[in-house]
Amino acid sequence: MPKKVVVLGGGVGGTMVANALAKELKKEAEVTIVDEDGKHVYQPGFVYVSFGKMKPHKVVKDERKLLRRNVRLVVEKATKIDKENRRVEFSKGSHLEYDYLVLATGAEIHPEEVQGFEDAHHFYDLEASVKLRSALARFKGGKLVVAIGGVPYRCPPAPAESTCLLDYYFHKRGIRDKVDLWFMSPLVRIFPLETIDPYVAKIMEQKNVNSQTFFNVEYVDPKKKLVHSLEGESIKYDLLILIPPHKGAQVIRDSDLGDRGGWILTDRHSLKVEKTDDVYAIGDGTNLPVSKSGAAAHYESPIVVEGIVSDLTGTPPDKIYDGRVTCFCDAGFKRGIMMDFDYEHPPVPPPFSRKAYWKKILFNKFYWWLLPKDRLPGFIMGSVK
Amino acid sequence: MPEEVEANVTVDARGSFCPGPLMELIRAIREGEVGDVIAVLSNDTGSRRDIPLWIEKAGHELIGIFDKEDHARFLVKKLK
Repeated sequence: MPKKVVVLGGGVGGTMVANALAKELKKEAEVTIVDEDGKHVYQPGFVYVSFGKMKPHKVVKDERKLLRRNVRLVVEKATKIDKENRRVEFSKGSHLEYDYLVLATGAEIHPEEVQGFEDAHHFYDLEASVKLRSALARFKGGKLVVAIGGVPYRCPPAPAESTCLLDYYFHKRGIRDKVDLWFMSPLVRIFPLETIDPYVAKIMEQKNVNSQTFFNVEYVDPKKKLVHSLEGESIKYDLLILIPPHKGAQVIRDSDLGDRGGWILTDRHSLKVEKTDDVYAIGDGTNLPVSKSGAAAHYESPIVVEGIVSDLTGTPPDKIYDGRVTCFCDAGFKRGIMMDFDYEHPPVPPPFSRKAYWKKILFNKFYWWLLPKDRLPGFIMGSVK
Repeated sequence: MPEEVEANVTVDARGSFCPGPLMELIRAIREGEVGDVIAVLSNDTGSRRDIPLWIEKAGHELIGIFDKEDHARFLVKKLK
């Protein structure tokens, strides 16, 4: 009798795990992936949609088309995970039983948690990215502020990256001298990673971007066009780009599997959910101290797959997750930066290069073919040590 | 010598490079109540600089930094 493996969430992590398990365990398991709308979204494309560089329909595909034929897709909204009885309950009253469960439930954005957010823009979902594209196109000059509404958030370098791309965008429109560009960092430095910060700070200076550290947004005053910080400061804006607060998925919060932010309590090496032996977590939804990014999910996927395969086939697992993440950032003017790190090795400052830029652009183009079925060649991602 | 008191919330940020531990502290401060004592466990040397700097800027109280075998325990009181 094949075992039932249920994967919750059809993002990059869930899709990779489902495909890999279905390939490895053709007879031993039935793999089912559950997704709320059956659509797979390429989130790194949102910022490019905002700058008119990617068409909105290019960042969404049917999840079914990305799955191996022997993976069953169930389009349902999961509302509760019942660990005791090993079942997932759905909003319409039905449920699925499992022998193994993989939580790939991702992160949710909650703009409503910042008072006055309705006056701000962001690029953390497709609708908002399209809206931002229009706002940028209409912007003729003034003070443009990029700030962060809460930590943690998906893709930690994205705010700094988008600021560099704003500089490039207005240069190309010939109005850069009319735009007073500000970057408000919630941290002690501009860029989250310490070893990379001096490089980013230098490039921001060269791009004439004003920056301020320790500015954690508390609320926005749309009438006065002011954004206020937890630290008691404020800044005026004409156009505000605000990274929305994030939380773990509602189903995690409702099933008591997460911390106070709803981030799944996950063992940092085995990726098993704490106090369970048959539930794993992957990707943005975990509470692991790594970037919330598709790259982390990519490196986590083989560990989850091996954990389940070894349990079912009786072979001892020999892999652990080492915290590896790879980031590609677009710095504008066709230059990029690539960073590679894990729990033990901080990123080494790399040069800004055309090579890193083209890797990112090619990745954007070939994501659909490369990632879901794990066809990514090693040389693309580089080496951490 | 500050007293090492019990915390309402403990954030285990060991294994996370800076600014991970500070980001975790900011999150805990945001989610916590005034008067809460938050403990942050960190083995990142950058935390010794970043965490006190942010606490001072944001107007909270650093009760103390307590050295453990392989990490430091930062105790912070939310004041506002």
